[in-house]
Amino acid sequence: MQSSVTLTLNGERRVFEGPADGPLSVIVLLVQLGLDTRKVAVERNEEIVPRSRYAETWLASGDQLEIVHFIGGG
Amino acid sequence: MDGINAADDTWSVAGRIFHSRLIVGTGRYKDLPETAAAIEASGAEIVTVAVRRVNLSDPKAPMLQDYVDPKKITYLPNTAGCFTANEAVRTLRLAREAGGWNLVKLEVLGPPPLLYPDMPGTFEAAAALIKDGFEVMVYCADDPLAARRLQDLGCVAIMPLGAPIGSGLGLQNPAMLSMIMENVTVPFLVDAGVGTASDAAIAMELGCTAVLLNSAIAHARDPVTMAKAMKYAVQAGRLAYLAGRMPRRMGADPSSPLTGLIR
Repeated sequence: MQSSVTLTLNGERRVFEGPADGPLSVIVLLVQLGLDTRKVAVERNEEIVPRSRYAETWLASGDQLEIVHFIGGG
Repeated sequence: MDGINAADDTWSVAGRIFHSRLIVGTGRYKDLPETAAAIEASGAEIVTVAVRRVNLSDPKAPMLQDYVDPKKITYLPNTAGCFTANEAVRTLRLAREAGGWNLVKLEVLGPPPLLYPDMPGTFEAAAALIKDGFEVMVYCADDPLAARRLQDLGCVAIMPLGAPIGSGLGLQNPAMLSMIMENVTVPFLVDAGVGTASDAAIAMELGCTAVLLNSAIAHARDPVTMAKAMKYAVQAGRLAYLAGRMPRRMGADPSSPLTGLIR
């Protein structure tokens, strides 16, 4: 059975479906969002999620996520 | 004597060696191809970048890394838009994760229209970042005491403004910059206010280690050509500094001999 997870993602509340076989991981979320994992960084509840731990960092309803990248700046 | 070869004249910050003494920003360009072309023309080895939320409605939009290769050009993430130490630390932790790099540019700004460096906020953020293992190049006011204090905190480069960010007014404070430099031993850069090539040359002639600029290139009518002008201005200013300018004198001193004239 799939379970839904409500996240606050870059300031917006959004509902995601977790995979059938377990909780939603950061890597699965990034793939669902269509993001290139090599070009973004993720913060969960104000703590960095190291890239090496995307596959084993599980998301739960109420989590606050920031997903950022580099843009032009001076 | 052959003179000084610009190619051998390197500088280092936080243990990394660079040849170019021009650091350029990547903001305010028309598009990413123009950004890439201007950086290439400037010869810069370090570029400043901002950290922002990904636009989740357009995840496949081209990103800066697609045009400016972080393996070839050192990304210097900034804290533009951060008004507290906590925001600055969180932003740069994300940058470190995105880029795997701990050399950063700290800027904590006051409100528009001046965006003047907020020094109490800057001190607090610098201390927090250094404690967290960052190597902090810091944008600051042209204040000798603040510069010294930031160096004592452990900042790896001191970068006062020559005029407000994006103003292009040129260096309004050359005497003060010189006086601050006297008491700073880490790299010293002018980080805002340059408007055209001669401003960059003046900064280098004063003895700055390098110059950081963005709008002077991005807002020029032809950014790529201005990038090239900046490259040569920084080199010319640096060489003039190394060469040592002639003394100023109040009056003429002819270059041609006054003897042997026909009568």
